[in-house]
Amino acid sequence: MSADWKGAIDCDVHPHVPNIDALKAHMNDYWRETVEVRGITAFESVAYPLNAPITMRPDWRGDKDKGRKRADTDPSRTAAALMDRHGFAHSILNCLYAVQLIRDENMAAAFCRAVNDWMRADWLDRDPRYRASIVLPLQNPELAVEEIERCAADKRFVQVLALAMGEVPLGKSQFWPVWKAAEKHGLAIGIHAGSSYHHATTGSGWPSYYLEDYAAQSLAFHTQLGSFIAEGVFVKFPRLKLVLIESGVTWIGPYLWRLSKFWRGVRLEVPWIDRSPIEFVRDHVRLTIQPFDAPASGETVGRLMDQLQSDEMLLFASDFPHWQFDNDDMMPVGINPTLRKKILIDNPLATYSRLGGSHAA
Amino acid sequence: MPLDDPIAPAITTANGKGSAAPNRLAVIDGDIHPAVRSMNDLKPYLSKRWWDHYETYGMRRKHGSSNGEPYPKSAPLACRRDAWPEEGGRPGSSLRLMQEQHLDAYGIEAGILGPLGNTGQGEMNLELSIAMCSATNDWQRDTFTRPEKRLKGGLVVPYEDGIASAKEIERCGADTDFGQVFLLTRSAEPLGNRRYWPIYEAAERYNLPIGFHVFGTSGHPVSGAGWPSYYIEEGAGHSTSCQTVVTSLVIEGVFERFPKLKVVMIEGGFAWAPALAFRLDKVFERMRNEVPHLKRRPSEYIRDHVYFTTQPMEEPDDRRHVLDVMDWIGWDKLLFASDYPHWDFDDPFRAFPAGVTTEQHRRICAENGKAVFRLN
Repeated sequence: MSADWKGAIDCDVHPHVPNIDALKAHMNDYWRETVEVRGITAFESVAYPLNAPITMRPDWRGDKDKGRKRADTDPSRTAAALMDRHGFAHSILNCLYAVQLIRDENMAAAFCRAVNDWMRADWLDRDPRYRASIVLPLQNPELAVEEIERCAADKRFVQVLALAMGEVPLGKSQFWPVWKAAEKHGLAIGIHAGSSYHHATTGSGWPSYYLEDYAAQSLAFHTQLGSFIAEGVFVKFPRLKLVLIESGVTWIGPYLWRLSKFWRGVRLEVPWIDRSPIEFVRDHVRLTIQPFDAPASGETVGRLMDQLQSDEMLLFASDFPHWQFDNDDMMPVGINPTLRKKILIDNPLATYSRLGGSHAA
Repeated sequence: MPLDDPIAPAITTANGKGSAAPNRLAVIDGDIHPAVRSMNDLKPYLSKRWWDHYETYGMRRKHGSSNGEPYPKSAPLACRRDAWPEEGGRPGSSLRLMQEQHLDAYGIEAGILGPLGNTGQGEMNLELSIAMCSATNDWQRDTFTRPEKRLKGGLVVPYEDGIASAKEIERCGADTDFGQVFLLTRSAEPLGNRRYWPIYEAAERYNLPIGFHVFGTSGHPVSGAGWPSYYIEEGAGHSTSCQTVVTSLVIEGVFERFPKLKVVMIEGGFAWAPALAFRLDKVFERMRNEVPHLKRRPSEYIRDHVYFTTQPMEEPDDRRHVLDVMDWIGWDKLLFASDYPHWDFDDPFRAFPAGVTTEQHRRICAENGKAVFRLN
């Protein structure tokens, strides 16, 4: 165990649903039968092609010859790679099983319930250091609220989870009952890279290459951030924290310069916005540090960090098992020790009120 | 970097219109919007078949509005209040006023036109799109670039049909009235896709850069996250459409295939470019086996082929941040643009922060444009 990471809170870890049976075990008779009768095998998206390099670090992949399962299907192996190895206090589980692909609202809700209960039984109950995000059927905000109310009593859920690309931007008022429920229960809102693929992944249609799809994720985060600010979500729900997960980091400063300039020019359109967008971001918005979109130059990283004008915005994340770094190079070069400690421990604790400072620092 | 280097002195203004001062920069303006007084201006350039069609069915762009904008602007036609011609017609439709209020007042040596509105670009009916683009080019030449040699046209093409677009470039490309081929950033598919390659092939052949101006109607929600509610979101979001264009051009290998092609990103800002390049390099490093047609890192193609107009100038609280960004992009790739006659106009002598040296300012406002636009 390394002293460098002790007590850190890893804000983005991806447990993988191994197969449909794992979910059927958490469905009622109707949905279990539906899965069987209709031959539903999975809801997995094209977001992380199984064999694409970024999807899983080589040493975390499964190996049939050695009888080894992929690490992200095994809570013990995941804990060994992260919390045991480095002394992290917590790992926050963000399950990317693609419930967002589903068009049928009730089916989406059934799969969300199954995923959340599977996480509880197969991960949270296996290791007290795990925490998790509630996967939501945002296809129907009423059902999403129901799912929050169903899960919120379990304090190991610290966040609700949405994807960067849904049908409409998440700041719109149709989602406010969901954010209201999250605020009431002290749950952060996590938006993770990914798409419902209900429409094209860019404003100019479908790109040809997976590489473009992955790069385009950060563009959807621009939209989501603009939406939360322009719609006045943080005015309406002043205690909300919004965490942008796997969005990259270096895009946000330049986007805020542009958004703030537009706000100065056209604020008559959104009169409820009484402060510059940058101020809302400093108070309410956080970003996880992997992937960190910058060259490996301490000087450049230092200048980019200065753009944020805050040492409270970044949260530590491994993005396990996605291949974002090699060895233990989880932190970008050029981060000073004070900022490093804030990223690892203080900022996550300030963001996730349900962690309650109970970390083993 | 010193922050106190003086920018070229601000122009002396008179009557709010400005007046020529000695030793001023010969400014190259990368984004001026000419307008028709009314659609009747295009009638002489359309066949009876297409004029009748236009009169009967109108334009059908892929956002469903026949009159008005889904995101209403913050000013009528998004224009400066002082840019409405006394003789009537829209801002941008009076060459006289454009000369007096803009070209003369600011000492514009060369202004690059970008026609917007009912030019045919993004029209659902491709045949109508083709006819309107041709009419717009002929009108633009007769109304602006022939009478006023400081102006260079933006050659509009019906870009959803690559072959027809190449034909339009063939028709007009040898004409020195045109300084760039003009496309919009929102398209039916990302603009590096092979359906658009005939445009790039023809533009490269005529030594014309491609100007990608924000807006357009793609038939898709304006972002991968869906339709936002407000104009402020649409406006700020243009930078994401620009990033989609640059990403697609680079990753599809357009610059490998057309090594002399230069492109200009217009009105989407520029500060996003370093972060995009960092991101693309990082993803490329991990998955270059998906795109073996790329011989270099994405940032290298961007550095060599992509120019950025500066309006609307990004203004962080700390000006050093934007100076860093300009350093990373390269002072040879930034181009001044005014966006005349629109409300978010930039003044060449006031838009740039202190800390931009006189020499850097000269390059942005008067030098770099010569390397990319076809001015002769």
